[in-house]
Amino acid sequence: MRADQAAMPQPAVTLTEQFKSGLAAPICLTWELTYACNLQCVHCLSASGRRDPRELTTQECMRVVDELERMQVFYANIGGGEPTLRPDFWDLLDYSVAHHVGIKFSTNGVRLDRRAAQRLARTDYVDVQISVDGATAEVNDAVRGAGSFAMARQAMEALAEAGFGEFKISIVVTRHNVSQLDRFKQMADAYGARLRVTRLRPSGRAADSWDDLHPTAAQQRMLYDWLSGRPDVLTGDSFFHLSALGAPLPGLNLCGAGRVVCLIDPVGDVYACPFVLHEEFRAGNVREPGGFPRVWRESELLLRLREPAAAGACASCGLFDACQGGCMAAKFFTGLPLDGPDPECVLGHGERELAKVCLPDRPRPGPGHSRREAGRAAPVFVPLGQMTVRAAT
Amino acid sequence: MAFDLHRAYRLNPAATLRPEPFGALVYHFGNRRLSFLKTRQLVTVVRLLESHDSAASALDAAGVPVQQRASYAAALAALADSEVIDAR
Repeated sequence: MRADQAAMPQPAVTLTEQFKSGLAAPICLTWELTYACNLQCVHCLSASGRRDPRELTTQECMRVVDELERMQVFYANIGGGEPTLRPDFWDLLDYSVAHHVGIKFSTNGVRLDRRAAQRLARTDYVDVQISVDGATAEVNDAVRGAGSFAMARQAMEALAEAGFGEFKISIVVTRHNVSQLDRFKQMADAYGARLRVTRLRPSGRAADSWDDLHPTAAQQRMLYDWLSGRPDVLTGDSFFHLSALGAPLPGLNLCGAGRVVCLIDPVGDVYACPFVLHEEFRAGNVREPGGFPRVWRESELLLRLREPAAAGACASCGLFDACQGGCMAAKFFTGLPLDGPDPECVLGHGERELAKVCLPDRPRPGPGHSRREAGRAAPVFVPLGQMTVRAAT
Repeated sequence: MAFDLHRAYRLNPAATLRPEPFGALVYHFGNRRLSFLKTRQLVTVVRLLESHDSAASALDAAGVPVQQRASYAAALAALADSEVIDAR
């Protein structure tokens, strides 16, 4: 979420404090429509690939849209899997927009041909985000699969040609693409698009690739400096752990899980945030009586996340107010305590804690929906070197 | 156009208020910007704009104390900037 402004006057309690106790409805709702995907990105946070036979039907999806309209959820961030692979994707998009729930959807571009782009250009309240993870085919395809860069570029061309206006180009920052930030910006500028860069979380298949893909401490510093000079680059407020490096980055510097953020997955399960697809953070299911509104308002898990959180091991750190302890999902899937430092803590506290965690002790993200055959063919990130280092420390 | 306390305003038809414990969220479906009304009294002011001849009169009707008028005027100016409210 990026709030353009918080209108004065200053109330007694700051807005950030208000957000901690939760809102009447989410501001930033992610809704993954399907686990089906034509790609098998090594860092897919929902471990997508195969459609789940239990996925919500068209009618059930429309009922969720009705609920979101009543709750005044102004827009939903639609993802997957690859959402456009659902045969009813375009119908759901039209239905949602007609019911005052704007759609921002993420796609790898597979269905975004000239005709689809023209259709999107004619629809109000729709934002499109094309995902790439490299400014060159070489860097991108190593993570997202052969041919995925060319496919994304074709989709961008189609949107630009159709006069869609400002679409988004969305990048997950990794060790291998962080040096390409300027090139990503140029790519976006050339299309009249907006660049969006977000943080890599060790969720889904990234549980296995995070060690090798997440930016180094020096790269994080560089990223912070780069972002600080570019307020026009969107971040989904995902780098708030870097705010401990200096002046806070724009946006909400706070873990929004269950407070202003949540996720509906393809089978209707509601999770506290898009990065914690794990039974421990499952708040309920939209198919239960009372639907999504009841889960949001009454789930024990979400109510607990809205209570004041203890700073734990970070309590004595002078920078806690800046980073708020970082990302819950990043801590959880790297096996760190939730009330301690983020694995990418800029002071290095996380790294020291990580050294104490045995890799097999990390929580597993669950079976996921990876394609079995593709799983074997996919690049294998086995951090043997790191295991050795860890065992030695 | 600069905000003028002595002009009449209204909530932009493309903007919608969502009540929250602290005040309200405002979403502008046209420019897709999200704003926060950080106090309930500011929500009252924004709702009263439509039925008053001037923004100043809406501030009076909402009972905004004199010492807070400048900050409320600044809030309204920011809302006019982001097209949440517009002159009528």
